[in-house]
Amino acid sequence: MDRIPILKLGSALLVTIQVDMHDRLAIALEEDLTAKIAATAAKGVLIDISALEIVDSFIGRMLDNIAAVSRVLDAETVVVGMRPAVAITLVELGLSLPGVKTALNVERGMALISRRIDADAVSRGELDDRYDE
Amino acid sequence: MPTRSVGENSMTVTTSEVFEIRSGDDVVRARQQVRVRAIESGFSLVDQTKIITAASELARNTLEYGGGGTMLIECVDDGRRRGVRLTFEDQGPGIPDIERALSDGYTSGGGLGLGLGGAKRLSNEFSITSNPGQGTRVTIVRWK
Repeated sequence: MDRIPILKLGSALLVTIQVDMHDRLAIALEEDLTAKIAATAAKGVLIDISALEIVDSFIGRMLDNIAAVSRVLDAETVVVGMRPAVAITLVELGLSLPGVKTALNVERGMALISRRIDADAVSRGELDDRYDE
Repeated sequence: MPTRSVGENSMTVTTSEVFEIRSGDDVVRARQQVRVRAIESGFSLVDQTKIITAASELARNTLEYGGGGTMLIECVDDGRRRGVRLTFEDQGPGIPDIERALSDGYTSGGGLGLGLGGAKRLSNEFSITSNPGQGTRVTIVRWK
C-alpha cells in the first residue's frame, strides 16, 4: 500500500500531501505520524495541503485527530497551504477545524513551530545557559 | 418507493455516465470524474470544489452505509444555464429518519455526521428518497 512520506527537520516533522487521498491512506498517515512523533520526540508537525483539491469531512477529521493526538504527545500541528476554494467549501460543509492551527504557507508554519521549540528550550533553561557563556 | 427528481422541468441532459462505487478507490475515481465534468461545464474553481466535495461525501455514504452502489453523472442544461447533476443509488438498509440524518452531528457510523447535511449545503438542489430495507437515492444539482 502507498504511504505518504514523513520528513524530519530538526525537532519538526514535515508532511506534504500530494495525492488525492483515499480513506485508507489518510488513516495510514494518521498512524504513521503518531508513531513518528513518539519515536523522534518531535515538537512540531507541519502538514502541507497546498496540493489538495478538496478537504471533505473525512480528511477534515483526520487533520483534527492528528492535531489532537500530537498535542497529547507534546507536539504542535500546523496545517499550511489550504487553497481558498477549499477553505470556503470546508466552512460551508460545516467544518472550521477549531482544534487545528493553520498558517498560510510553509514558511509561516515553520516560524510558528520554531517559536514553540525555542519557547520550550527557554523553559528548560537551555537557551539561558547558552546566553550565559 | 416515493420518488421525486430535482430539476426535471425542461432540462436537457447532454452527457450521462454511470460509475460503480464498490471501494475507496472508486470514491477517488468518482471525485475525479465529477471534477472533469464540472470543468467541462465551465464551473468556477469554488463551484468545482463544492460539487467535488459534495460528491465525495455522498460517494462515501453510498459505500459505508449503502454497502456500495452507483453514481450517475449528468451534464444538464435548463436553457438558461449549465449544471452537473449527480445521483447516488444503493440497495442498502435505507435511512429510517431522513430529517435526523440530515441534521449535523447525527451519524450511525464513525463519521462526523456532516456528510448528508454538508452535501445538501454545497448543492443548489437536493433530493433524497429512502425506504428501510430497499436502499437510498440522493440527487444533487449544482448550477454554473
